[in-house]
Amino acid sequence: MKILAFAEQRNGQFKKTAFEIVKAAKTVADQLNGEVIAVVIGKDIASIAGQLGGFGAAKVIAVEDARLELYSTTAYSKVIADVATAQSASILMLPASEMGKDVAPRVAVKLNGGLAAGCTMLTVENGSVKAARPVYAGKGLVDVVVTTSTKIFTLRPNVFTAGNSTDSSAVVETMKIEFSDADFSAAVKEVKAASGKKDVAEADIIVSGGRGLKGPENFAMIEDLAGTLGAAVGASRAAVDAGWRTHDEQVGQTGKTVSPSLYVAVAISGAVQHLAGMSSSKYIVAVNKDKDAPIFSIADYGIVGDAFEVIPAITAEVKKLLGK
Amino acid sequence: MKILVFVNHVPDTETKVKIGSDGKVIDPAGVNYMLNPYDEIGVEEALKTKQQFGGEVVVVSLGGDPNKETLRKALAMGCDKAVLLKDPAIRDSYAVARSLADYAKEYGADVIFCGKQSIDYDDAQVGGLIAEMLGIPSVSVVVKLEIKEGHFIAEREIEGGHEIVHSKLPAVITAQKGLNEPRYPSLKGIMDAKRKPIEEKVPNAVESRVVTEVMRKPPAKAQGKIVGSDASAAAELVRLLHEEAKVI
Ligand SMILES: Cc1cc2nc3c(=O)[nH]c(=O)nc-3n(C[C@H](O)[C@H](O)[C@H](O)COP(=O)(O)OP(=O)(O)OC[C@H]3O[C@@H](n4cnc5c(N)ncnc54)[C@H](O)[C@@H]3O)c2cc1C
Ligand SMILES: Nc1ncnc2c1ncn2[C@@H]1O[C@H](COP(=O)(O)O)[C@@H](O)[C@H]1O
Repeated sequence: MKILAFAEQRNGQFKKTAFEIVKAAKTVADQLNGEVIAVVIGKDIASIAGQLGGFGAAKVIAVEDARLELYSTTAYSKVIADVATAQSASILMLPASEMGKDVAPRVAVKLNGGLAAGCTMLTVENGSVKAARPVYAGKGLVDVVVTTSTKIFTLRPNVFTAGNSTDSSAVVETMKIEFSDADFSAAVKEVKAASGKKDVAEADIIVSGGRGLKGPENFAMIEDLAGTLGAAVGASRAAVDAGWRTHDEQVGQTGKTVSPSLYVAVAISGAVQHLAGMSSSKYIVAVNKDKDAPIFSIADYGIVGDAFEVIPAITAEVKKLLGK
Repeated sequence: MKILVFVNHVPDTETKVKIGSDGKVIDPAGVNYMLNPYDEIGVEEALKTKQQFGGEVVVVSLGGDPNKETLRKALAMGCDKAVLLKDPAIRDSYAVARSLADYAKEYGADVIFCGKQSIDYDDAQVGGLIAEMLGIPSVSVVVKLEIKEGHFIAEREIEGGHEIVHSKLPAVITAQKGLNEPRYPSLKGIMDAKRKPIEEKVPNAVESRVVTEVMRKPPAKAQGKIVGSDASAAAELVRLLHEEAKVI
């Protein structure tokens, strides 16, 4: 039994999810007496492939081509399906990242398999994999099974922990794939990076601000705290719709889904659509002057008080702690 | 141009989720349904595309009779024709996509718009599945779109930035917030929509591949700790985050 783990890289560096996926695949493989084969796609990436051994990959297939430097839904799906077929993998795991969510449905059709998307838990029962995934904005969870012989799962980033790398190594093989122009009928030509700022979807700590901050200038104190913690800045939809922050920072139903280890919600009421995007965070801190704000119902720690006084005080305490 | 837009009929997000008696899906009693918000953006983009190139916009939904309400809303926004692929059975994304793709093939669409995801199951699959089933390109999570004769440039949102994708028609585009501001139906639009027919077709039955064994409530969270009520609580909060939660 073989599990194929898709290890996402950008600019020659693995995303954190790559390690999470390999490790989650290894945990499942161990219970099925199987092994993990990872696939990495790009240009000049064979040199980083070996890192995946430390998270449980027995073998890594590196598929290199100059045209694979940037993402292409058509070409990447072909590569993943071809590798899965060549390796006789019956389970595939990919991250529920923007790349993984985009490529997985195509791979599913090519391999004639079912796809369980955005899973937050995988268990093995009687020799088969069961996945749990949130539905209805996190108000429900479903336990699902995939009935086809090839089973595909995308895993929500930051939920499965990769742990530390061990000194196990993986066999790295390169695989040559012939492409035609049609394989690149949709291809990324350019990536516009959002000026080096941390993205909420990938951050381990997020400090988010809402309408209670009254204006864009008051996000300076959010940025200050975030900067001190090495965190990303997030925002509620009210703050985005008011034009105070850009949409890429919006957390929630119509923004991003995040699962950091720490989420600090400042002057955010905690509407269901906001909770939908962040309720799977490991620890939630709420600062709100209204003790009845719904955000407190899911917060692990709360301060019922004025953000304008509390946030600078927290920043000062964190600086003290970190010796900054 | 032959423009298709696929729309889903979903519970509004304020809905209290009550698990149905079979323990697998929600109890629909008392639930308000609406046009999936991303699909509303898809409808708007379809209408804008028609304004640019002419042609017609056909809106399609797969589901039971209640989906007609959502189709009417899309007609009221300005779609020319609506089709209900009538199947009240619960289907997974694969089974939904199979029938939508069959319809798209029969119709011969030049461009297909979907939402980036349905807000009930957050699957974000159907657009990509349809594209692969039809053997055409797709771009998901699109926030900017420029269609030219036979080809297009789309900007999609990714972690920490945007990707600029070049592709050609026919293709599937899935809409993300920011692509446009959906119009409100005008009074005339609403009146016209009442007169426009909704064509009904029965799609082939397709078996689901992802099967729900149980739906359950997420485990309840333990009552959190209120650390204090002013700036003087900051030190204790930071201590708890450092020593108890160990997250900083
Ligand atoms: C289809 C749909 C999709 C949506 N998607 C999203 C989404 O993706 N993300 C999202 O966030 N929302 C979303 N919403 C909107 C959501 O319903 C709320 O309107 C929004 O989250 C409210 O933002 P807020 O908490 O910043 O503002 P408010 O609800 O106005 O809350 C402001 C809070 O600040 C507190 N406050 C005020 N002053 C202070 C102070 N000095 N110190 C401390 N606290 C203070 C108040 O007590 C209050 O709780 C969506 C809505 C719909 C209908
Ligand atoms: N039952 C349906 N009828 C029509 N379109 C649908 C249906 N389900 C999903 N879609 C379309 O596919 C998109 C993605 O849905 P999903 O994969 O379910 O998250 C939606 O935004 C719709 O555009």
